[in-house]
Amino acid sequence: MLTLVLTFVGLTAVTFTIGRVMPADPVLAVIGDRAPQSAYDRVYLEMGLDRPIYEQYGRYLNELAHGDLGKSIMTSQPVLEDIKRFFPATLELATIATLMGIFIGVPMGVLAAVNQGRLIDHVVRILGLIGYSIPVFWLGMVALLIFYGNLGWVAGPGRIDVYYNGIVDTITGFILIDAALAKEWDIFWNAVSHLILPATLLGAFALAYIARMTRSFMLDQLNQEYILTARVKGAGEGAVIWRHAFRNVLVQLITIIGLTYASLLEGSVLTETVFSWPGIGQYITTSLFNADMSAVLGGTVVVGTCFVGINMLSDMLYKLVDPRARS
Amino acid sequence: MRKLFRFMVAWPLAVLTAIALSLPALAAPPKDTFVMAKDISDIITLDPAEVFEFSGGEVIANIYDKLMMFEPENLTTLVGGVAESWDISADGKTIVFAIRPGMTFHSGNPVTAADVVYSLRRVVKLSKTPSFIITQFGWTPENVDSLVVVDGDKAKITITEEFSPALVLNALSAGIASIVDMKEVMAHEVDGDMGYAWLKTNSAGSGPFVLKTWKANELVTLEANPSYRHGAPGVKRVIIRHIAEPSAQRLMIEKGDVDLARDLTPDQIVGISGNDELKIQADPKAALIYMAANAADPILGNPKVAEALRYLVDYEGMANSFLKGQFQVHQAAWPSGLWGAYNETPFTMNIEKAKALLAEAGYPDGFEIRMDTLNSSPYPQIAQSVQATLAKAGITASITTAEGKTLWPMYRAQKHQLILAQWSPDYTDPHSNIDAFAHNPDNRPEAKLTGVLAWRNAWADDAMNAKVVAARNELDLGKREMLYHEIQKDLQVSSPYVVMFQQTEQSAVRKEVDGYVSGATFDLIFYRNITK
Repeated sequence: MLTLVLTFVGLTAVTFTIGRVMPADPVLAVIGDRAPQSAYDRVYLEMGLDRPIYEQYGRYLNELAHGDLGKSIMTSQPVLEDIKRFFPATLELATIATLMGIFIGVPMGVLAAVNQGRLIDHVVRILGLIGYSIPVFWLGMVALLIFYGNLGWVAGPGRIDVYYNGIVDTITGFILIDAALAKEWDIFWNAVSHLILPATLLGAFALAYIARMTRSFMLDQLNQEYILTARVKGAGEGAVIWRHAFRNVLVQLITIIGLTYASLLEGSVLTETVFSWPGIGQYITTSLFNADMSAVLGGTVVVGTCFVGINMLSDMLYKLVDPRARS
Repeated sequence: MRKLFRFMVAWPLAVLTAIALSLPALAAPPKDTFVMAKDISDIITLDPAEVFEFSGGEVIANIYDKLMMFEPENLTTLVGGVAESWDISADGKTIVFAIRPGMTFHSGNPVTAADVVYSLRRVVKLSKTPSFIITQFGWTPENVDSLVVVDGDKAKITITEEFSPALVLNALSAGIASIVDMKEVMAHEVDGDMGYAWLKTNSAGSGPFVLKTWKANELVTLEANPSYRHGAPGVKRVIIRHIAEPSAQRLMIEKGDVDLARDLTPDQIVGISGNDELKIQADPKAALIYMAANAADPILGNPKVAEALRYLVDYEGMANSFLKGQFQVHQAAWPSGLWGAYNETPFTMNIEKAKALLAEAGYPDGFEIRMDTLNSSPYPQIAQSVQATLAKAGITASITTAEGKTLWPMYRAQKHQLILAQWSPDYTDPHSNIDAFAHNPDNRPEAKLTGVLAWRNAWADDAMNAKVVAARNELDLGKREMLYHEIQKDLQVSSPYVVMFQQTEQSAVRKEVDGYVSGATFDLIFYRNITK
């Protein structure tokens, strides 16, 4: 618990300080660049910027402790409300992408490791390299051009067609779930159609990383003596790979899957920009450009929470898959 | 190998195709809904007393009727909006507005003189940034209750400063003169905020559209007001989608998912020019791109250097290449197409002349200088072109680009040398720009006239100041226009500015769409005549 508190204090302190020392002026974000000096001075005082930075930070922490993340300059809404709107959009995307990474990337990695040096291995490695190194911005535009522009298989940018906006009540913030709960199947399929392309792209990124790491972890294990022993004892190849080697890479895999998921939750700004996806990454970035520090801090706290949460979840999963961790 | 292919390529592709093909056909926008793609990340408020951003200004121009207005049918003639008629006193200081009868707000409340008075007082008392447009008349939170009053069934305003009534009426056509529904706004007042917190995200107007939703960085939805005084708008609904990426906008307009795309780049406009389903609409805007030289700088403060700079810009070269179609050469401080415009373009690139001027100034071998500009297109490209032409006269310019929120504080603090920036008028009277470019009554750094361009560039000229005030106060329109021409001509001869271009907005519109009217400023963009 103490670690958790310290993590948050450190996270907010660094973000807060960066926000206060960077050259962008939060007062101009409120009043615009043409405002007279009198308006500037008034808002400067209203925002408490005349106070020492530690005092400003202390006040922010106090408000944060009371669940108040402040108000966004950009959206005129409480930051908490903004996060409730933007974060589920990212969560929906990141979860699907990570699931793709797990269900396709892990078997790919295992396959490559088992066939080390053969064609399959080269193909997986090259695919991994491509997935990891092609700029997602470019890939996104090309995918939109082909699958939306030319083939018309999927819907274009945005989370949902605008005509469907506001029809389904927001319960969870996840359009797929909310539409399903409301039994609005047209809206559900429309949301799927919008989601499929950005999720696949992010999924390709996650998949490439997870496959490469799985391959590397598996190779480490497959070269161990206990694998040789198992084979000598006559264990089938399937048992050697899945029961012996794979079980031993699970802990490492959980770590990298957790990290991948957390980094996707941070928001993939470029993907969100190309697909006009109103997610947390775009929210934090736009806020930063607009010197909207309450929003940036709020977003950072959420992302920090995700990191900490996923780390804790990973720790719990370690205990599940590794008997040594239970003691 | 076949197994691998099946696993890694065929199988995922089959799933993707199956899902894609099983999805319902994607529908184009319905006939009664007009959808526009635009970067609307600049909207931070929709309260007319506070809106000063391009997208926000455009949205409220379609929600509220102003006291005075330009109508889409005639963008050059100022007419009454909520005001049916007006009487100006002989000294030009008092104007009495008769209210247009039979008008109602979206709530059903009648529009009265009390609403007009409340709306103007509210702007002054809330003192948000655009309030200067009317507080320059001498109105303060303390005196406005006695200077803006209900007079029977009319609204009477009195100005305490010297101003031409033409200017006052023009200023009352800006967004801050939007007339709000007093009863509705007061019903949402919290802690004496005059409904400010509520009106930021809601509407209480009498215009052709009602605000249904504003989701920041996502969309704005407007519903038609069927009982609008000019009749119901041509479409039932207008949706403005936040699409920041121009390439995505292009795909969407080509697919028919949006009816109008606002932010296409010049090469994208060329790319769609052969598409039979689209048309290109070019609308002259009032935005000017200019370069300014800080006169406090020991080198740039030399008038000969400033003059030389005007010959070191490849105006035509840029306008005919990467700015083609979206910017025209314009070299005066008030944009073309508006009353009072001065369209002379005396400068072309002339390296020899510039070199001679630099030699006269004592810099025959040039000098080193920093140039700051915005990091968004087309500013870095223009800066690079200017950098190249400056180099031909021996001037070495280093370019620094930044976000506006970083650049403006530096500009307001007079910390720049050369700056490449943009300026748009706040209302359609030349005083709006001329006051900023030419009028600097106190050039001392501690005066902090940070909203004034002349002060930011540490430039003041007493004769020019007197001319600006004379033009501002002149009652005779003919004389007034002549004065503004003179001022603009003088600014071309002696000032720290190199005005280069005026913007033309090129929008891609679906063929079946008509009636989108986009005037020079955001107050003049109208959706009510749109049909499809």
